Amino acid sequence: MPRTPTPDRPVYVVDGSRTPFLKARGRPGPFHAADLALAAGRPLLVRQPFPATALDEVILGCVASGPDEANIARVVALRLGAGEACPAFTVQRNCASGMQAVDQAARDIAAARADLVLAGGTEAMSHHPLLLSEALAAWLGQWRRARTPAARARALVALRPAWLNPVPALLHGLTDPVVGLSMGQTAEVLASEFGISREAMDRFALESHRRAADADWGEELEPLFARDGRVYAADDGIRPDTRAERLARLPPVFDRPVGRVSAGNSAQISDGATLLLLASETAMRRHHLPVLGRLLDSQWAGLAPARMGLGPVYAMAPLFARHGLSSAAIDAWEINEAFAAQVLACLAAWADDAFMARETGLDGSPGAIPSQRLNPDGGAIALGHPVGASGARIVLHLLRVLQHTGGRLGVASICIGGGQGGAVLVAAGESSS
Amino acid sequence: MSTHLHHERDPDGIVWLYFDRAGAGANVLTPEILEDFDHRLVQIAQEAPRGLVILSDKPAGFIAGADVHGFAGMRDPALAAAHIRRVHAIFQRLESLAFPSLALIHGYCLGGGLELALACAYRIASDEPETRLGFPEVRLGLFPGYGGTVRSTRLLGALPALEMMLSGRALDARSARRLGLVDLAVPRRQLREAAHRLLQAPPPRHRPRLLRRLPATAPLRPLVAALLARRLAAKAPPEYYPAPYALLGHWRRHAGRPLHLYRSETREVARLISGDTAQNLIRVFLLQERLKSLGDRTTFIPGRAHVVGAGVMGRDIAAWCALQGLQVTLEDLDTAALGRAMKHADGLFRRRLKDPLRVQAALDRFQPDPRGRGVEGADLVIEAIFEDAAAKQALFARLEPRVKPSAVLASNTSSIPLETLAEGLERPGRLLGLHFFNPVARMPLVEVVHTPGTDPEALAQGLACVRHLDRLPLPVRSSPGFLVNRILLPYLLEAVTLVEEGVPAPAVDHAATTFGMPVGPIELADRVGLDICLAVGERLAATLGQALPPLLAGQVRAGRLGRKSGAGFYAWIDGRARKPRSPRGYRVPADLGERLILRLVNEAMACLREGVVADADLVDAGVLFGTGFPPFRGGPLHDARAQGIQAVETRLERLERRHGHHIHADPGWPGVRPARQGPARCPWTRNTP
Repeated sequence: MPRTPTPDRPVYVVDGSRTPFLKARGRPGPFHAADLALAAGRPLLVRQPFPATALDEVILGCVASGPDEANIARVVALRLGAGEACPAFTVQRNCASGMQAVDQAARDIAAARADLVLAGGTEAMSHHPLLLSEALAAWLGQWRRARTPAARARALVALRPAWLNPVPALLHGLTDPVVGLSMGQTAEVLASEFGISREAMDRFALESHRRAADADWGEELEPLFARDGRVYAADDGIRPDTRAERLARLPPVFDRPVGRVSAGNSAQISDGATLLLLASETAMRRHHLPVLGRLLDSQWAGLAPARMGLGPVYAMAPLFARHGLSSAAIDAWEINEAFAAQVLACLAAWADDAFMARETGLDGSPGAIPSQRLNPDGGAIALGHPVGASGARIVLHLLRVLQHTGGRLGVASICIGGGQGGAVLVAAGESSS
Repeated sequence: MSTHLHHERDPDGIVWLYFDRAGAGANVLTPEILEDFDHRLVQIAQEAPRGLVILSDKPAGFIAGADVHGFAGMRDPALAAAHIRRVHAIFQRLESLAFPSLALIHGYCLGGGLELALACAYRIASDEPETRLGFPEVRLGLFPGYGGTVRSTRLLGALPALEMMLSGRALDARSARRLGLVDLAVPRRQLREAAHRLLQAPPPRHRPRLLRRLPATAPLRPLVAALLARRLAAKAPPEYYPAPYALLGHWRRHAGRPLHLYRSETREVARLISGDTAQNLIRVFLLQERLKSLGDRTTFIPGRAHVVGAGVMGRDIAAWCALQGLQVTLEDLDTAALGRAMKHADGLFRRRLKDPLRVQAALDRFQPDPRGRGVEGADLVIEAIFEDAAAKQALFARLEPRVKPSAVLASNTSSIPLETLAEGLERPGRLLGLHFFNPVARMPLVEVVHTPGTDPEALAQGLACVRHLDRLPLPVRSSPGFLVNRILLPYLLEAVTLVEEGVPAPAVDHAATTFGMPVGPIELADRVGLDICLAVGERLAATLGQALPPLLAGQVRAGRLGRKSGAGFYAWIDGRARKPRSPRGYRVPADLGERLILRLVNEAMACLREGVVADADLVDAGVLFGTGFPPFRGGPLHDARAQGIQAVETRLERLERRHGHHIHADPGWPGVRPARQGPARCPWTRNTP
């Protein structure tokens, strides 16, 4: 059943910025999640004709913020100078948290609850905490209650060294809590189902690096300045010099010793942030803002957790149905590259009449997605996938691509751990009057 | 009774006595207020309340100290002693009240204000960062004279009390609590409740522990005093800064005998107040107040600053602005330079703010801006790129259409005439010079450069900006070298000439530091950079009417640029100059110090004569706060006056005969001889011997 296709008020995107995505290198990186959001937000706001206090709301996606960053959106809003009166909240939909934030902002503007909203996502995956095992936590509770030397001795004897191993929260987050598969294993599931070869995955990964290396990010990308004076001006995971042979030598990591998904054809684990400025017609007029684009519609979908990588197919299909679109009408596509296998599976499914008819309720395939229009500047395999930020990044970059290429319509879509997909339909900048 | 104080009795029988000096933002203890205070003490004593709480109605602080204005020109020790004895009597009345008294402190509690608080039985302070307790008297060439030396040593023990009085450093509430200077440190919102509870059940008064009382015992006192004196000598030579030594002597002779202490305090402080050092330091304090007040002519408050150029000056200015609460964007195409600026700012914020949350807030205000997007929103735009007139003009041409009409537009140039920079502008009258000195965090002066064509409102806003940045604004007419560099340069050149003539560099520097300069001229030149000295010298040569000493250009040609290149006149290792010893048996020329200093003094007169600044006091203020000229001398022109104008002229003429025409008594000297009246604001005549 198609729902109300158009929101009450048009939603404009004015501008957006992101930080470089910094590859997590096994130790905490130079920036916390709030610092990253601030580094994206400060240059974005300083180039606007209105003060930060004009914002009606700040919404951030973040999967896991630091211990000093509870409701990180509010922390960031205050540090950006949005003022005490500016409400802010944080949303979490795993890998789509940033897209969820943008969608939420759009809904608030459409419903006339806000006129000017800062929305996006931030993630410092290198700072994801180490957890104590539950057994150790239970033991510590017992230890605190042990008052007499005898009770303490008994408690000490009960302690098992294995409990002392910390649990990286990151690994837990990347494992499905219901079906017990790691995200990489869900990609292996799709690779098997759609018969995607290792070579095809590596080719896709190689192309992602090549495109990212050639990309001109312009004002979308703002350098990061660390307290120690170091400057991070570019995404540091891009490997323009990567060769097919070297990529082919990387071992599979999820279905060891067999399997096809390697570190080289998966998204990198990274730190980064992306923020977008969304506005209503009223705010556009009040502050004489330029139009980067419009958010036309969005869609969320659920599917089997073990096939989560196909989420984009399930989320995009209702959008196409609602708006009577075919693939040919879409000038630019961004599908987040969690895994090469997962994107290739989406492409195969989308082009398959039988699959689309059976699984999505469309009559058949809306038409294959042309490679040159998909992720024209590479994706998470080259840039990295800071989970809270990626969904916002692909929406922003999609609009920038449309702006540069003169395209009209675009779709950004993302797969979500836990078995979901999200998709946003955007239109290039049209004058607001 | 005056309107500066008021008091009320609450239902619990506690009297609350408020200090609220009429028509002023801060409380100070003027004679009038002190008499009113005494009067009220008598009245309150008759009411026999349960307790007395003394507090301030000023949001910014308790009591800032004695009335320094009243001390200026107090040349009669007997008058000073009478004043001190009177205050002793009033504070003794407070101390001997039959009911407990309590000082309730928020914000500053300094000097005489702290001495008043010490005469109370108890003290409670708010633990907010703005609370500061201390004895700054030593900075005015004095020591506490309202019973502070007696009560602080008794309350804290001799060592902590002497340390406070000798250093002049102020404590925050927590440190004060640890020392016992205050009985409680509580959040501001709890001050009244804490006072109330304490007076309901007064605890025993604070006493220092036995170990703390030990240094004041008779056998140890001389030893302790000698040790402290030795530590002092490294920082403040007794011949220039007599006050701390007088304090040590006073304590050594009389500690433990309150009556003697009070008498000695009266005698010693009266002597110091009426002496040259204190009077000169008080003059410097008042000059500082005057510069501050120059920034009060408009209510303009900058919220955002944009600085162009992340070189040493640009990054220093930007970091300083952020420290002072402004939102700052720092523009530079070179992101590596922006990174260095970030590191520098982080260091400054950590040193100054300490509290991690305040450091983070300052860092959040400091924004590297490689694309220069901060221009439009800024209330204050400062150009700090390299010294090239054409490049600066091109930059201003790009900036002007983007800058808010209400914003202050300024250049930090140290040498290019403002007229040149303003040439191509739509509104040339809005451009100012804001000449900060390096390092910004330690140099309080900023020259606010203007031309006859400068819009008066723009000038007033520029002065207000500097004031808002907690620096001292000095309005200076645009002319080569402005004021400070113009006066400094002949002194530096003379030093280089002396080295050329064969005087060892360390001997030259020693002569200057003996005079009281913080750094010798040769070391200073090395620190500034000899290439920069040469460039400034070449621009100023015509104005000074002097050829540059060839040695300077020679050093630059040889790549010996000073500290930054590792060698100049000295070898520099780890940021310190290695000064060789003078050859054995070397005799320093008798007129060495005179040659150096009189060139500086003579150029100060030239600036006065040409009207580079409005009057002689402003010349002195510029030299004092811009060059580190010894404050105990009160400024170059003031010092010349003190020594006798004619004597200065005679000495200059003698130097000219001996050393050549580049030394030439300025034609302005005869105009200020004592026979004629100097400018109205100039208090020279007081010190004429």
